[in-house]
Amino acid sequence: MIRFEDVAVVYDGAAEPCVQGVGFEVPEGELVLLVGPSGVGKSTVLGAVSGLVPHFTGGTLRGRVTVAGRDTRTHKPRELADVVGTVGQDPLAHFVTDTVEDELAYGMESLGLAPEVMRRRVEETLDLLGLAGLRDRPIATLSGGQRQRVAIGSVLTPHPRVLVLDEPTSALDPAAAEEVLAVLQRLVYDLGTTILMAEHRLERVVHYADRVVLLPAPGEAAIVGTPAEVMAVSPVYPPVVALGRLAGWTPLPLTVRDARRRAGDLRERLAAGAANSDTAVAAELPRRQPHLGRGPAPRRSLFRRRSSTTPQPLPRTVAEIQTLSVRRDRVTALRHVDLTVAPGETVALMGRNGAGKSTLLGSLVGLLAPTTGSVTVCGVTPHRTAPPDLVRRVGLVPQEPRDLLYADTVGDECAAADRDARAEPGTCRALVSELLPGITDDTHPRDLSEGQCLALALAVVLTGRPPLLLLDEPTRGLDYAAKARLVTVLRGLAAEGHAIVLATHDVELAAEIAHRVVLLAEGEVIADGPTAQIVVSSPSFAPQVTKILAPQRWLTVSEVREALA
Amino acid sequence: MTSTGHRGAVHPGAWWLWALSLGTAATRTTNPLLLALLISASAYVVATHRAPTPLARSYAAFARLALAVLLVRLLFAVALGSPIPGTHTLFTLPEVPLPHWAQGIRLGGKVTAEALVFAAYDGLKLATLLICVGAANALAAPGRLLKSLPGALYETGVAVVVALTFAPHLVADVQRLRAARRLRGRPDRGLRGLLQVGLPVLEGALERSVALAAAMEARGYGRAAEVPARVRRTTAALTLGGLLGVCAGTYGLLTAEGGTYGLPVLLAGVAAALAGLRLGGRRSLRTRYRPDPWDARAWLVAGSGAAVAALLTLAADRDPEALHPGVVPLVAPALPLWPAAAVLLSLLPALAVPKDPEEPS
Repeated sequence: MIRFEDVAVVYDGAAEPCVQGVGFEVPEGELVLLVGPSGVGKSTVLGAVSGLVPHFTGGTLRGRVTVAGRDTRTHKPRELADVVGTVGQDPLAHFVTDTVEDELAYGMESLGLAPEVMRRRVEETLDLLGLAGLRDRPIATLSGGQRQRVAIGSVLTPHPRVLVLDEPTSALDPAAAEEVLAVLQRLVYDLGTTILMAEHRLERVVHYADRVVLLPAPGEAAIVGTPAEVMAVSPVYPPVVALGRLAGWTPLPLTVRDARRRAGDLRERLAAGAANSDTAVAAELPRRQPHLGRGPAPRRSLFRRRSSTTPQPLPRTVAEIQTLSVRRDRVTALRHVDLTVAPGETVALMGRNGAGKSTLLGSLVGLLAPTTGSVTVCGVTPHRTAPPDLVRRVGLVPQEPRDLLYADTVGDECAAADRDARAEPGTCRALVSELLPGITDDTHPRDLSEGQCLALALAVVLTGRPPLLLLDEPTRGLDYAAKARLVTVLRGLAAEGHAIVLATHDVELAAEIAHRVVLLAEGEVIADGPTAQIVVSSPSFAPQVTKILAPQRWLTVSEVREALA
Repeated sequence: MTSTGHRGAVHPGAWWLWALSLGTAATRTTNPLLLALLISASAYVVATHRAPTPLARSYAAFARLALAVLLVRLLFAVALGSPIPGTHTLFTLPEVPLPHWAQGIRLGGKVTAEALVFAAYDGLKLATLLICVGAANALAAPGRLLKSLPGALYETGVAVVVALTFAPHLVADVQRLRAARRLRGRPDRGLRGLLQVGLPVLEGALERSVALAAAMEARGYGRAAEVPARVRRTTAALTLGGLLGVCAGTYGLLTAEGGTYGLPVLLAGVAAALAGLRLGGRRSLRTRYRPDPWDARAWLVAGSGAAVAALLTLAADRDPEALHPGVVPLVAPALPLWPAAAVLLSLLPALAVPKDPEEPS
C-alpha cells in the first residue's frame, strides 16, 4: 500500500540529508509503527507519504515513494487526498472549520462527493468515533482526546485507504489515549485501513503494531521487523521491554499480560532478595521519602549555590495552598484545593486533560488570582508579587517551553536570563553547560530539539534559583533518552532541596521521580499520598512495571535492577 | 431535528438581511423611544435564538462598543461644542483660546442641554446600528454566510473564514506570551510588554498559517476539475467585461449626462459578471454538505426585517416630526403609535422560528 524505495530527503540549506536509505513497504490493512529517537526524521518520513514532503516543505526527495500505486513525485498532496489521510502533531492546526460536523464534512466537500454520500458518511463516522453527542459543538470547546478523535474523523470521512498519524497520543491523558487507540484498532480490524504512525509513548502503542519501522539514528538506514524483533535492538523501548531485557526473556514481551505470564520466577527472585537483604517490600515507602528539611546537599551538587545568596533557614513548607478555588471563563477550574509542598519534595499532579493541573500551577506562579482561598509561596502571595521578585521564589517551565525563549541566540538568552533574575552574569550559561553540553552560544533556540529547548527553558528558570520549581507536561515530545536525562536533572535538584511540582500524564515519569502523587478530577483533589500507594491502586495511572510485578510494589525498572544486583 | 435545514436553523442570509434591515430602520429615526424599542427587539431575538458558537458571545462586545460610541459622541459634544443653538445652559467649561486660523473650532465653552440631547440622539442612532450588526453576528456566524457563496468565490470565502478564526487564536497567543514574560520576571503589563511579545506572536501566527495550509492541502483543498480552454476564456471575458460594465454603468448613473445609458449598461454588466461566476464555478469540484435551504421561515425572517425598514422609511417620509423629535425647543419625545407597531414586527422571528432545537442545555 505504501512503498518507500531507498528514499533520502535533503532540506534546502541543510548539509546532511534528514533521512536516507529508507526502504520499506506497508502492506494493506497493517498498522505500522515508526519509532526512533527525536530528530531522526520520523515526521519527514510521514510527510513523504502524503506528499507534503517535498511538495509543500521544499527540499529534495531522492528515491521513490508510492501510495496505492500513485507516485508522490507526480501527484501533489491534494491529488492524494482521497487515498491518504494525514493528522499532524497538533490537531488544532489541522482544523479548517469551527464545528465538529462541518469539520468532518470538509474533506469530502473538497473532493466533490455527492451530498447524500457525505451525509451518510458523516453520520457513520460520528458513530464510529463516538462523536455523535458532540456533532454541533464548536471545536474550541473540545478536550484534547475529543479533538484528536475529530481530527482522525475528519480525514476518515473521504474513506482514505491509508491513515498517517504523527504522535496521536502524546498530548493525551492515559484514558483519552486509550479512546484514540481503540478507534485505530477498530479501523484496522473492521475497515482494513492501513495505518502508519509515529509515537514516542511506546508503552501505549507498541503492542498494537503489526510491524515496526525503526530509524535508529539520523541518516542511518531503517530497520523493519515485528515489534518483538525490533524492540530487541531499538534504542527506544518501553518499560515492559526494559524489564524483559533485564530479565532476559525471549521473545520479548510487549504487553503487560505477556510479561506477567513470564514474570513468575522474577517475582520470586525479587521476593527472596527482599526477604534476604531485609529491604522488604514494605521498606519501599520510607526509601522514597524526600530529604525533608535538608538544605542544599553538602556533597558536590549539580547546581552550586551562589555565594551571594544569603543563607537562610529553610522553611518547613515552600508552598501552601488553602481552600483554593479558581474560576476561569465562568468555569470552576479548581474547587477547595489544599496542598502543601515541602523543600526537597517532588510532587506529581495527575489527572485528565482539563482536570485543573495547569490552573493549579498557574496559581502557584501568580498567573491566576485565586477566586477564594489563599496561595503562599515562600512567604509571599504570588499574584500580588512583582514578577522580578517572584522569579527568585518560584519558576514555571510552561507546556510550550519555547514561549519562554525570545532571543536569537542561546548566549543572548542566557545574558537576558541573568539580567531578569538579577543573577551574576554567567549563571545561566553555566547551567546551560551542565544541562545541555555541547550547545554553543550562537545556536538559535529555534534550531534546538524539543528536549534541548526544554533544557534551555529549565536553565533560564533555574537562573533565579527558585526554591519551588514547576513543570507543565515536561515529557511531551521527549524520547526515552531525553526523558532519562530530565529525570537525572530533576532528581539532582530535589536532592539539593528544590521543591518540584510537575503536572504530567506520563505515569512512568511520575513513578520514576515523584515522592508524592496528587490526583485531580474536575478541579478537586481526589487522592494525595506517596507515589507507590496512589499509582498502585489505580489501573490507569499504574506504571507498567507495577502492573507486571503486582502484588509486589515495584515502580520502575531501575528499582528492580538495583534489587537484583 | 428537522430533516432539511442545517441543524434545523434558518438560512444565515435571512438573519443578516433581518438585522441589516433593522439597522436601516434605525438610520431613519432619531426618536430615542423607537431606537430603544429596536434595540430591545433585536436583543430579545438574539437572547432566544443565538447560535451556540463562541462568536455568538460577540454580541456583548458589540453592545459595549455601541455604548462607547454613544459616550464618545457625548464627550465630543461637551468638549468641542455643537452647532445647535441652545438656551438651557447646563454648565460652562473654560474655553481654550485658539489662533485665528483655527476659526470655527471651539474647545470648551458653554454646554447646553439641547446640544447634549442632540448628541445623545445622534449617538444612539449609531449605537443601534452597531448593535444590529452585532445581532447578525450572534444569530448567524459570518462563516456560515460565506458558505452560501457561489462555487467560483469559494476559495476567497475560505480565506476570509480562516482569517476570522485567526483573530481569537492571536488573542490567545498574546495572553500566553504575556504570561511567559511574567515567568521570566519581566513586567507583563503596559505597552512595552505588549510590544515585546509582538514579534513572537507574529511568528506563531505565521507558523500556524503554514501548518493550516499544509493540512488543507493534504485534505484536498484546491482540487480543480479539468475545464476546456474555451470555457476558461469565456469565463474570463464574461467576468472582466461584466465588471467593466458595472463600473461604466455606475459612472453613467452618477453623472448627469449618462442618465440614458447608465442603467442598461449596469444591468448588462451585472448579468455578465454573474454568468462569469456561474461558469467559473464549473472549475470547482466542490460539493456542499447540508447547505442551508432558503425556506418559508427564511422568507419570514427576512421579510419581517424588510417590512420594518420599509415602514419606518415610509413613516420618516410621512411624519418626520414624530421620528425626529425636536431639540430646539426641547420637547419630550413621544412614542408614535404606528412606527412603534412596525418596529414590533421585527419580533416575528422570535415567535415564528422554533428555538434552536439542538442547543445543548
